[in-house]
Amino acid sequence: MHTDTTILHGAPPHLTKEEIRTITQVCLMAGRIILQNGGETYRVEDTMARIAAAYGIEDPQCFVMPTGIIFAISGASQATRLFRINERNINLGKVALVNDISRRITSGTLQPVEALASLKELEKHSREYPAMLKVLAAAVASGCFLIMFQGSWSDFFPVFVTGGLGFLFFLFVHSIVQIKFFAEFLTALLIGTTAVLFVKLGLGHNLDQIIIGSVMPLVPGLHITNAVRDLMAGHLVSGLSKGAEAFLTAFAIGSGIATILSIFY
Amino acid sequence: MMDIFSQLVTSFVSSALFGFIFNSPTRMLPQCGFVGMAGWIAYYAGIELGQGVIPATLIAAFLVTVISQLFAKQYKTPIIVFSVAGIIPLVPGGIAYDAMRNVVENQYDTAVQLAVKAFMISGTIAIGLVLSEVVNQVIRKTIK
Repeated sequence: MHTDTTILHGAPPHLTKEEIRTITQVCLMAGRIILQNGGETYRVEDTMARIAAAYGIEDPQCFVMPTGIIFAISGASQATRLFRINERNINLGKVALVNDISRRITSGTLQPVEALASLKELEKHSREYPAMLKVLAAAVASGCFLIMFQGSWSDFFPVFVTGGLGFLFFLFVHSIVQIKFFAEFLTALLIGTTAVLFVKLGLGHNLDQIIIGSVMPLVPGLHITNAVRDLMAGHLVSGLSKGAEAFLTAFAIGSGIATILSIFY
Repeated sequence: MMDIFSQLVTSFVSSALFGFIFNSPTRMLPQCGFVGMAGWIAYYAGIELGQGVIPATLIAAFLVTVISQLFAKQYKTPIIVFSVAGIIPLVPGGIAYDAMRNVVENQYDTAVQLAVKAFMISGTIAIGLVLSEVVNQVIRKTIK
């Protein structure tokens, strides 16, 4: 009789309500951190399902979109949680760390309470590289892209300055205005203007290559990759909306550059 | 020869730095650089050997994903850490820029041609990603 009820309700008999609540929290928190930091949607669902299964919850249901997570447990202790995602940025280090925690959970070495504590610790710890180093990285990367796109080394310095300045400006505007596309548009305007100035002053030679190299740090590579991987995994809603995000970013950059070109040509 | 050398170095550095911008784990940055370098050299060699942009992109995107999958398994790290760094150099930024410039210059016929080309290349990147995923799944299923 006892087994019958477990089959009917699906809830494992050895878990108390309190434990189930903790496990739900662990699942949601892991999913949320991955989603907010640029992980693929299918990875979020996969991780949540694995954690739930490792803790003995049968038939967990999760539905993940770029803007929210729904997690439900069927059975006697029914629970459904919804978590809204408003802010998203890119921090692949955090995604990798949650992945490590989820691996430890599935191998059975991490109890729900400990897992929750380490996830909370992980979320509080920002674990980001300093913004100034990122700006430097963007500047050098822009210069490297110039060489890769057959530019000449004499344009390296203008691209270095324009790319770094553009990325710094993007971080600054994005911290004030929460609308990412607007920040990208303004950044493209600045990059275009700086590049034109360099050429007019005689310091830069090939305007096209300077602009292309400097714009590369803003290119939505992560969104394109994520969109394709999500579409492949059957997450049509997420894949399409991430594709739309990538398209909007490309459009914002393109129209910013086009504005500058139409003024100075 | 010097040209190939500078391509190798710049593609490695830029991909590793993209990993840095995306906050990838520090010990994975050289691997990010390697994935980007391999993909870019495959693309570059394809172009130098007289292939079109599209076959070259396809091969490069395929290679990037295959190496990313191997690294993901080896280092127990999400594949996205590696594949993003490798894909970014292949994004057709230059062609999209040319298309935009032709729009501004009122040369819509050229602009549309270039835009379609940029769109085709983006699609090719997607196909390269899918193809290597499929190959990976087939290998895993048949070995089991």
